[in-house]
Amino acid sequence: MNAIAQALPRVSLPRIYALESKHEFLRLLRAPAFAVPTLMFPPMFYLLFAVLFAGNRGDYHANVYLLATYGVFGVMAPGLFGFGVSVALDRERGWLKLKSAQPMPPGAYLASKLAMAMLFAAIIFTLLAVLATTIGGVRLPAASWATLLAVEIFGVLPFCAIGLSIGTTVNGQAAPAVINLIYLPMSFLSGLWMPLSILPAAVHGIAPLWPAYHLGQLALAAVGQGTEGSALQHVVALLGVTVAFLFFARRRLARNA
Amino acid sequence: MQISGSDPSARLAAVRKSYGKVAALDGVDLDVRPGELLALLGPNGAGKSTAVGLLLGLAEPDGGEASLFGESPHSLDARRRVGVMLQSAGMPDTLKVGELLAQTRSYYPNPLDVDECAATAGIADLLARRYGKLSGGQQRRVQFALAICGRPKLLFLDEPTVGLDIEARQSMWSTMRSLVAGGCAILLTTHYLEEAEALADRVAVLARGRIVAEGSVRQIRARVAQRRIRCVSDIPLETIGAWPDVRSICRDGDRFEIVTDSAETVVRQLLRDDARLSELEVQRAGLAEAFVEITQEAA
Repeated sequence: MNAIAQALPRVSLPRIYALESKHEFLRLLRAPAFAVPTLMFPPMFYLLFAVLFAGNRGDYHANVYLLATYGVFGVMAPGLFGFGVSVALDRERGWLKLKSAQPMPPGAYLASKLAMAMLFAAIIFTLLAVLATTIGGVRLPAASWATLLAVEIFGVLPFCAIGLSIGTTVNGQAAPAVINLIYLPMSFLSGLWMPLSILPAAVHGIAPLWPAYHLGQLALAAVGQGTEGSALQHVVALLGVTVAFLFFARRRLARNA
Repeated sequence: MQISGSDPSARLAAVRKSYGKVAALDGVDLDVRPGELLALLGPNGAGKSTAVGLLLGLAEPDGGEASLFGESPHSLDARRRVGVMLQSAGMPDTLKVGELLAQTRSYYPNPLDVDECAATAGIADLLARRYGKLSGGQQRRVQFALAICGRPKLLFLDEPTVGLDIEARQSMWSTMRSLVAGGCAILLTTHYLEEAEALADRVAVLARGRIVAEGSVRQIRARVAQRRIRCVSDIPLETIGAWPDVRSICRDGDRFEIVTDSAETVVRQLLRDDARLSELEVQRAGLAEAFVEITQEAA
């Protein structure tokens, strides 16, 4: 007998996390209602409003500005919808209950969804970067690209926390509607579709209330567009949102169990 | 108890659990031992799901203790020896059966080979199909495969054969029998009493949050002493009805149906008094009748 056969068989945690993440990604990638808008809307909007109907005024360059803000608009979706709708469905259909009863390591459930959201964010970043550097004519230093990528990948966190909170609160039928009611207005009011400077002063004034605004400012800073506030302020605001919604979701999940 | 010395695989000890003001479990003791299939029966709302949920660590008892292999149901180590099939487990429609199986296998230290598991559960031809495209019975078989893929020492099966055709049900039954023969403990909840009758080593009946009867299928059936005699006879109905051992008599078409606690005495007298008696049948109460009577007593 060799040594391997004599060793006690054990579960491999990295393997569990990897499989769980891969399946969470495949599951959503194969759902057209999720994958098509999530992966197609940001490049489509970029093509329309940054390339075909670009309006450049002064410091504002649509091709650079919208690269940053459509990126943020794009990476919000896997967090909000990926967590929100799938958690709501998993709860409703008993899948979450079965997984809690199975010897799944605690943490694998949420970690895999987070990995899924970050992977979608990386794909959305790549799609936009390819469009921007080719037909968009954007030229940025490597450090800017790297910062933008980091902002977009870690920027999914607060939206995952918000999505999770929604997923633990409403059912699978209602989740997409509730999320769209938050997602689309917040994107507009945070200056992701057009600069806040051309929106009414009242809209501009309340923008700091929205987490998408803070992430948008970080992304704009990464590509060298004019921003408001300091990076630290934005990071603190986003962390605050993440912690608050995680706390809420945790209480909801504990009560449901 | 008859098998002392073997520690229970799953145990509820004096467990109480309420939801709001409703007591779902009110002082329940329950052991599932290695190598036995315990059928947990009870009307809807009797507390079966609550009992299973406590043993799986899905909820906390208000009082008493739930344990798996002497450990807390929250212990991953204990749960790695447990397989689960819940009543409703809607898995992601877009994942393939093979992917679901691979995922669940990864949770266990020494899982069954994929092919062996798929063959045992009857899903070998489904591995490449998406879960959402399967029929209800096929989905049930996939859930069964996930329950047995980790070579469990203890298996929870909640209404496992609902929606299965006869062939699939028979095959699931035979898998359960061979698992039990191999030393696995099974806790089965079912609405099909013939399923409990065919498989269970022991039956526990739960009603209104309490165990109201527990024992072998034979012992449970014997709780109902009554037997039913059917025959065609010329003796007037009123005469038989006046015999001391007859509980009740009624006419069903051309036959009498007599309910008695002492079938032998009544049959002897029937044969003595009516030489032309025909179509004689004596039936012991089945598990279904016993179950109805036991749960009605408890109500």
